[in-house]
Amino acid sequence: MDINDFRSLVTVVTFAFFLGVVWWAYAPSRKARFERDGMLPFEEDGQPQSSEAGERS
Amino acid sequence: MQAENTYNYRVVRQFAIMTVVWGVVGMLVGVVIASQLIWPALNFDTPWLTYSRLRPLHTNAVIFAFGGCALFATSYYVVQRTCHTRLFSDKLAAFTFWGWQLVIVAAAITLPLGITTSKEYAELEWPIDLLIAVVWVAYAIVFFGTIAKRKVKHIYVANWFYGAFILTIAILHIVNSAEIPVTFWKSYSLYAGAQDAMVEWWYGHNAVGFFLTAGFLGMMYYFVPKQAGRPVYSYRLSVVHFWALIFTYMWAGPHHLHYTALPDWVQSLGMVFSLILLAPSWGGMINGIMTLSGAWHKLREDPILKFLIVSLSFYGMSTFEGPMMSIKTVNALSHYTDWTIGHVHSGALGWVGLVSIGSMYYLIPRLFGRTEMHSTRLINAHFWIATVGIVLYIAAMWVAGVMEGLMWRAVSPDGTLAYTFIESVKAAYPFYGIRLLGGLLYLSGMLVMVYNVAKTVSGSRAVDAPILVPAVAHA
Repeated sequence: MDINDFRSLVTVVTFAFFLGVVWWAYAPSRKARFERDGMLPFEEDGQPQSSEAGERS
Repeated sequence: MQAENTYNYRVVRQFAIMTVVWGVVGMLVGVVIASQLIWPALNFDTPWLTYSRLRPLHTNAVIFAFGGCALFATSYYVVQRTCHTRLFSDKLAAFTFWGWQLVIVAAAITLPLGITTSKEYAELEWPIDLLIAVVWVAYAIVFFGTIAKRKVKHIYVANWFYGAFILTIAILHIVNSAEIPVTFWKSYSLYAGAQDAMVEWWYGHNAVGFFLTAGFLGMMYYFVPKQAGRPVYSYRLSVVHFWALIFTYMWAGPHHLHYTALPDWVQSLGMVFSLILLAPSWGGMINGIMTLSGAWHKLREDPILKFLIVSLSFYGMSTFEGPMMSIKTVNALSHYTDWTIGHVHSGALGWVGLVSIGSMYYLIPRLFGRTEMHSTRLINAHFWIATVGIVLYIAAMWVAGVMEGLMWRAVSPDGTLAYTFIESVKAAYPFYGIRLLGGLLYLSGMLVMVYNVAKTVSGSRAVDAPILVPAVAHA
């Protein structure tokens, strides 16, 4: 295999990987899971919206 | 040393304070060299104070000292809080702080002495390059070590961006700094000719992409949601944002070498990937700004949010401008003019500067056991002074740059150039004055911050917050 075939292959494979990421991120079955992950920075406050009133000291 | 049941805030405090200090120093040098362009006598006929030596000092100070300290401070804070664990190693973290300060001091001494590799944004000579590499590897060990011992299953998106920034900068620095030492303070690049130029701008543009973008996007993904009190607009978009940015940035470097000895196909490839970059850049910007969706009123009352959200607007502006300038026909007009300087400062002052300052205003009171800064009104004043400064700066450089580009390409009917170079310098002169005014305002804003930070810190005790147990959902 020519080195340039290999280069083209890498481009195609990484692009396919990226499409896989998009599918993985937007699959309806993972919606709830990602919403929960987005809450991670707020765990420390007990509940997410409480930081509006004022941070814990 | 604190016990294992608190976060290591000590190193965060050190880096946060030095962010403010180096910000003032770096921006002051910027104001000095902007003045020298108007009044050349300001170099006092002293070699150490010439524009050629102070300019790399300015760029190194604002990017690696100010920006670098902000990235160290926030990444150490965010990785601990979102992993619910103390930093991997206190000693190694302390080493990264003192090592990084040593790098900065070494840069501040060697650059005015004229010791330089002459590679833009990689001017430091080989002994300092080695020190940077050691400190950076230690940084990677502390950061990824902390992620490895996290108490939650998921790695929050901000840490992905910080991680990509740390990993990529290590690779970029080591490859681009490959050089052969001749004496203790002189080395030659391992590469030659067009390849050297390509390696340099592969490094240079990815320093923009990973140091000045991915790292600060990590900041955005933590501090914007925290300050707004609501989760990021779309976490799923943040996942796609991350991978899209990672896959495209690596290829954009050749747009710095349009119409040079670099092969044409590489130039075109660089242009195409720069254009593609618009998509992930704007995806990220929209994700950050839309976090405020439904709570826009907060922007009126909270000056820290103003810093963060306006920084994203500047990010959107400069990531639109960048792809446009990478188009070869546009670049034929813009390259080597002050337009490039305007573009860089819209990103540097607007995006990197404002997001760092906003994050510091969030961070500093919390590191000293307070709920907010000494004066919220002064934060607001800082915001407006800085914003007016940026607008003056970039508008002046746009006008000057486009004018220079048009003058350089203007041709008389007999085929000769219509203007001499010095005529374009004279035409840009008034705009250099407006640029200086903008820079002075931005620096003044930083001095307001110094006062506010000093008042916040004095009379407060350094506090290391206890490590919080993660909720069941994430454990």
